[in-house]
Amino acid sequence: MSDQTPQAELIRQSLKKRYRKEKRFRLYGMLAIAVALGSLLILFTDIISKGYTGFIKTTITLEVPLDGELMYLQDPGDSEQLAMADFQAPILAALQQHFPEASSRQDQRELNRLVGSYAANQVRDLLKTQPALLGSTKTLEFLVHDTVSVYVKHADNPAYSIRLSEQQRRWVDQLVAEGAIQTSFNDVLFSRGASREPSNAGILGAIVGSLLTMVVTLVIAFPVGVAAAVYLEEFAPQNRLTDFIEVNINNLAAVPSIIFGLLGLAVFIGLFGMPRSVPVVGGLVLALMTLPTIIISSRAAIKSVPPSIREAAEGIGASRMQVVLHHLVPLAMPGMMTGSIIGMAQALGETAPLLLIGMVAFIVEVPDGFFSSATVLPVQIYLWASSAEQGFIELASAGIMILLAFMITMNALAIWLRKRLERRW
Amino acid sequence: MKLKAVISSLVLTGSALAVSAPAMARDTVNIVGSSTVYPFATVVAERFGRNTDFRTPKLESTGSGGGLKLFCAGIGTQHPDITNASRRMKKSEFDMCQSNGVKDITEVKIGSDGIVIANSKEADPMDLSLKQVFLALAKEVPDPNGGETLVPNPYQKWSDIDASLPAVEISVMGPPPTSGTRDAFVEIAMEGGCKQYDWIAAIKKQDKGRYKSICHSMREDGLFVEAGENDNLIVQRLAQDKDTLGIFGYSFLMENSSRIQATTINGVTPTPDTIADEDYPVARSLYFYIKNAHVGVVPGVQEYAEEFTSEGAWGDNGYLVDVGLIPNPRSTRMDVARKVRSLESMTGNEL
Repeated sequence: MSDQTPQAELIRQSLKKRYRKEKRFRLYGMLAIAVALGSLLILFTDIISKGYTGFIKTTITLEVPLDGELMYLQDPGDSEQLAMADFQAPILAALQQHFPEASSRQDQRELNRLVGSYAANQVRDLLKTQPALLGSTKTLEFLVHDTVSVYVKHADNPAYSIRLSEQQRRWVDQLVAEGAIQTSFNDVLFSRGASREPSNAGILGAIVGSLLTMVVTLVIAFPVGVAAAVYLEEFAPQNRLTDFIEVNINNLAAVPSIIFGLLGLAVFIGLFGMPRSVPVVGGLVLALMTLPTIIISSRAAIKSVPPSIREAAEGIGASRMQVVLHHLVPLAMPGMMTGSIIGMAQALGETAPLLLIGMVAFIVEVPDGFFSSATVLPVQIYLWASSAEQGFIELASAGIMILLAFMITMNALAIWLRKRLERRW
Repeated sequence: MKLKAVISSLVLTGSALAVSAPAMARDTVNIVGSSTVYPFATVVAERFGRNTDFRTPKLESTGSGGGLKLFCAGIGTQHPDITNASRRMKKSEFDMCQSNGVKDITEVKIGSDGIVIANSKEADPMDLSLKQVFLALAKEVPDPNGGETLVPNPYQKWSDIDASLPAVEISVMGPPPTSGTRDAFVEIAMEGGCKQYDWIAAIKKQDKGRYKSICHSMREDGLFVEAGENDNLIVQRLAQDKDTLGIFGYSFLMENSSRIQATTINGVTPTPDTIADEDYPVARSLYFYIKNAHVGVVPGVQEYAEEFTSEGAWGDNGYLVDVGLIPNPRSTRMDVARKVRSLESMTGNEL
């Protein structure tokens, strides 16, 4: 080897520069990942620091005198008496045991505002189911009023106390010191539907709504998508028409989701007369939105099955349908499923098309079927985030965490399926 | 093969779901309409659901106009039963209802909503006219040197507008355009001051868009600050900075009256009485409309309306007052509640 030739010299000289260039190139890549991870970290810290209090509920334990005279109630079995009785009175009496000095009407009003708005309903329901308790004194646990709850959870931050009066703050501090007001895990969040009172609000309704909607989406989009992909890939003739269809499918995958909402409004609600705000319509709209993703990924999965398998099957005399159903589809299934799960995860996070078909709504009851009114997780987060009460801010962040948990589960499932079922040739 | 069975059953259930288009009976009251009434209506709906055997009504916040459009689309369970509105139904909307078969509508005026301008209690109270509010906050104002031309807002201090006002920098915090409070403030206060200039009012007839852009544009040079939806923030800033004014709903003034005071508008102090009587100019009435044909078909429509119009809800000490509703005077309440009980229909002449 002659080092002296000018060409080799040139190469050697440029070598250092090329290595540097490569190093820089790798650095850019690492930088890009750092930026992505960094913003993710900021997002997570922000959500978690704001939202962890959403998983805590504040309750007050009181010795409630279930005195019939106090409530104007003689017979809890009588529905008329039940409707006219004052169930707030025994709660007030229990609070006054702690603060005997609070006797003026204004003081009583402020005392009543320490417990949640539905504490009286709790007393009523208790007496309705167990009439024998009338006349006894019972230890009951109530949710505190939203303002008290945020005050207790953010005791060190004065911004969270402005809705309470000086006197109320003193009372709450005393109740906390006495151990009557306590914080615990917020099971309400996972067992109820929406509420206008943050401490009473739950996300179960939205979770069930999302599940019902996703079931409809899956049931429609998966079989239709796979069938379309199989036909286009295996049976369709190559001509202008199929080219046209292919272009349109790719195009549809990029159409903004709100357009599918408009379509759903016009077709399913307008033409077919389906009701607003129901998971069936939501699921249909989201299925239309997910279809292109599923078709494209299913076609790619079918394409990636090696031709040798098809040829071998044909070689031993399998019919075309046998080739497709016995070999191609089962082998392409992991890829199809991965595509579907990713499409579904995308649909799970969608709000825009649902706005138009009425799924952005205040719905208290947990939906019990495909035709009962429902909202979905991202919508519930949006509704909470736009509410004025301070308690909803933490709930919105808690909701985001729950939604993210669902997304991570679905994506992990997709990866697991791929790893588990994938075959390499 | 197993896979085949799974796929074919999926396809079958899918098509079964898609085909069974239901014209089924509804057991939940459907309510649409104004986002301003939404916080009141949701509270009533939730109480109604908890305290009666009826299901909790479903509420969609579609805006007053959007709500009336859905409401007037026809009779039948696919259409809403009640719509909320932060303004009165227009004649054109009433006619649309009539032509779509929605003949009998009961109008329910539920109360009022006031928007206040306030500052810290440590500062001197202010008194402004609507014209002064417009001049202080508009993006473009009529040339102070006279003539019918617009110039970018030159006023930096309140005293620049009127010598009787204090010589402090104009600094106002208010809600962002997404807020209903902002809409109402712009429509009532800003436009109210704006149309006092006759030549601007004359533009309305020729070019409605231009008139709107003159009267509805807030200044963007930093003297008017959009404070986000969180009214608590505005209240805190006001307490810290005594030269700043804030714009928010009356309920916030009520809850923070220990720290902030209202600016009087045209000399009128916002109180529940002056807002209800419409003496205080930046106030509006809130309504909802009942589709009478659905009463008795969808369970709970009238009962919900009766709950809304009960003294425990919309009365002077009712729970809606806690969320910021300004109740109607008692005589109006009695009158409206009677209309709800008898489902008195609108004739169209009252609009």
